[in-house]
Amino acid sequence: MSTVQNSKNSRVTSELFQKWVNASPRVSAFGDVIKDAAQAFLSQGIPTTKHEEWKYTNVAKLATTEFAFSAINNTLKKDDVKEMKVTADAVIVVVENGIINKEASSMEALPKGIHIGSIHDLAENAEVKKHFLQHADYKTEPFVALNTATFSDAVCILADANVEMETPIQVMMVNTCIEYNDYVPVRILVVADKNASIQVVETFDSFSHTNNSIFVNAVSEVVLAENAKVNYVKLQDDPINTTHINYHRVAMVRDSYQHLTTLSLGGGIIRNNLNIRLGDVNGTAYLNGLTVARFNQLVDHHTVVDHAMPHCYSNELYKNIIDDNAQGVFNGKIFVRKDAQKTNAFQSNKNLLLSDDASMNAKPQLEIFADDVKCSHGATTGQLDDEALFYLRARGIGEHAARALLNHAFAADVIEGIAHEGIKEKMLDLLNEKLK
Amino acid sequence: MLTIKDLKASVEEKQILNGLNFEVKPGEVHAIMGPNGSGKSTLASVLAGREEYEVTGGEVLFNGEDLLEMSPEDRARAGVFLAFQYPVEIPGVSNANFLKTAVNEVRKSKGLEALDSKQFLKLMQEKMKLVEMDKTMTQRSVNEGFSGGEKKRNEIFQMAMLEPSLAILDETDSGLDIDALRIVANGVNALRDGQRSFIVITHYQRLLDYIVPDFVHVLYKGRIVKSGTKELALELEEKGYDWIKEEVDATFNA
Repeated sequence: MSTVQNSKNSRVTSELFQKWVNASPRVSAFGDVIKDAAQAFLSQGIPTTKHEEWKYTNVAKLATTEFAFSAINNTLKKDDVKEMKVTADAVIVVVENGIINKEASSMEALPKGIHIGSIHDLAENAEVKKHFLQHADYKTEPFVALNTATFSDAVCILADANVEMETPIQVMMVNTCIEYNDYVPVRILVVADKNASIQVVETFDSFSHTNNSIFVNAVSEVVLAENAKVNYVKLQDDPINTTHINYHRVAMVRDSYQHLTTLSLGGGIIRNNLNIRLGDVNGTAYLNGLTVARFNQLVDHHTVVDHAMPHCYSNELYKNIIDDNAQGVFNGKIFVRKDAQKTNAFQSNKNLLLSDDASMNAKPQLEIFADDVKCSHGATTGQLDDEALFYLRARGIGEHAARALLNHAFAADVIEGIAHEGIKEKMLDLLNEKLK
Repeated sequence: MLTIKDLKASVEEKQILNGLNFEVKPGEVHAIMGPNGSGKSTLASVLAGREEYEVTGGEVLFNGEDLLEMSPEDRARAGVFLAFQYPVEIPGVSNANFLKTAVNEVRKSKGLEALDSKQFLKLMQEKMKLVEMDKTMTQRSVNEGFSGGEKKRNEIFQMAMLEPSLAILDETDSGLDIDALRIVANGVNALRDGQRSFIVITHYQRLLDYIVPDFVHVLYKGRIVKSGTKELALELEEKGYDWIKEEVDATFNA
């Protein structure tokens, strides 16, 4: 595979991706945007570590790997995905290799006012027309551009005004491709209309434990109308051969509330780009994140919280547990624009290094242009407290169990923030498994 | 129960214990007193298995077994309990969860069934009374935000839950006001059953008014230099340690 490099070597593209983005759009209704995104990708390419935002996360090998699209989306049945359900009653949308598998999904009993389906079925819906492909910025984000130019299916979740749904909606991304290196573009649109309230869970898993590389390129756009409330959990438990690049954009207007928890527990390279825009007064945004990385995993959380208007609140809590040779990256940007007076913006990043070879790069960035605001940030990186470890052992708790208990204690408050009891319990169980 | 023979130990290359001999039989309460820096806390740390303390000589037998070869958790499971001088705060681990794990680990090592939540709760309520523990203290994170007195009460509470055969109290009286001291001492006394043994390490005689020892030993320069009964503690309270220091230093310098 030959690659094309620009003079500064801050980006690379492969002929393969060039070919794909130049192919005719798979979702014709949005052809113009898709073609525009293709051009945006060709001019941006795949970033190298010379690119400031990609300094610690080397994804250049994506340009030299021979990927293929998998067109298979019908191997999974309901029974196959039962284990991965976040709660027994959850509405499930199974996305197999980037394409919705209706047969494996459980979308029958939707409450009135909740619409879930493929972009191919909902392209004419007014909300979809208004918001689909409109929020994630492909002009500055190369992987958003690539995703926008190459996705073949998308999950749309729409909540009408005043609809409150307590039951979780789970978008279950599953990879089943075993024959070749698989490129999986995934796309999700969530729109919560006025006063609507929903719980959404994204899960990433794989049935394909081979040596082949998997490249997941996921983009989620979440749009909240006035006073809407969205609780969102992203669970990333991909196999080690996966490079997972995830862009999550939340567009908020007045009085809306969003709570987002990202749990990165697996994968080879995971890069999360979270971009929350508080676009009108009185918005509330929580961003919680937890990494448990071992072996030679790399997990990179890049977050942007953009306070554009006054009287908004944001609170960010990120914790990373890094073991073995694994690497963690946290880059948290907070913008407080000139008009955003009376902003409250808080950020906390705590990291635990469990081995001498584990590493963590933490960079909080606050850019404040308003003068009447309350903002704080803090980042700490340390090791497990030896005194606490000894204390637990001196009470008869074995070393391994004592370590697990302390790691769990360190991490648990990130998950405790999840409002839905069932989801919270499931996530705490998963964390326990990971820390065993 | 516990036999210490010619124990030598150092921390950070500095020898602290210099050939300590000491024996504890079932049901006995031994007080160990001594001036600052005499090695009292080092003894407690070595017995509990703190890794930063290096044993450079001697042996410690606990019920005939080599205690020094055992990991800290195995010592606890075998029935050795250390009440910490400075109990550690562990945010995020609830006292109840921590104790349930500990109690069941100890039970498992004895071949006993794990307690279920109901049984555990019952045991906890029973033992809480001993040290006048508030229910909210068990729900909070281990020692987090506890006052000095609450931390020490929590130590005795843990001791009551784990029912060790040998309890080592490392300056449990330090920093306690008289009411807290009384509560802690009452808890300890309630656990004196004629079988369980105690090593009470203290700087002051005050605690020994409440926990009356069978024997009192003076530790100085890493050795036990004088042993007696509770009257020795009173004498120390009255005269201080200088006369013992002089006596010992004279003997060694002679």
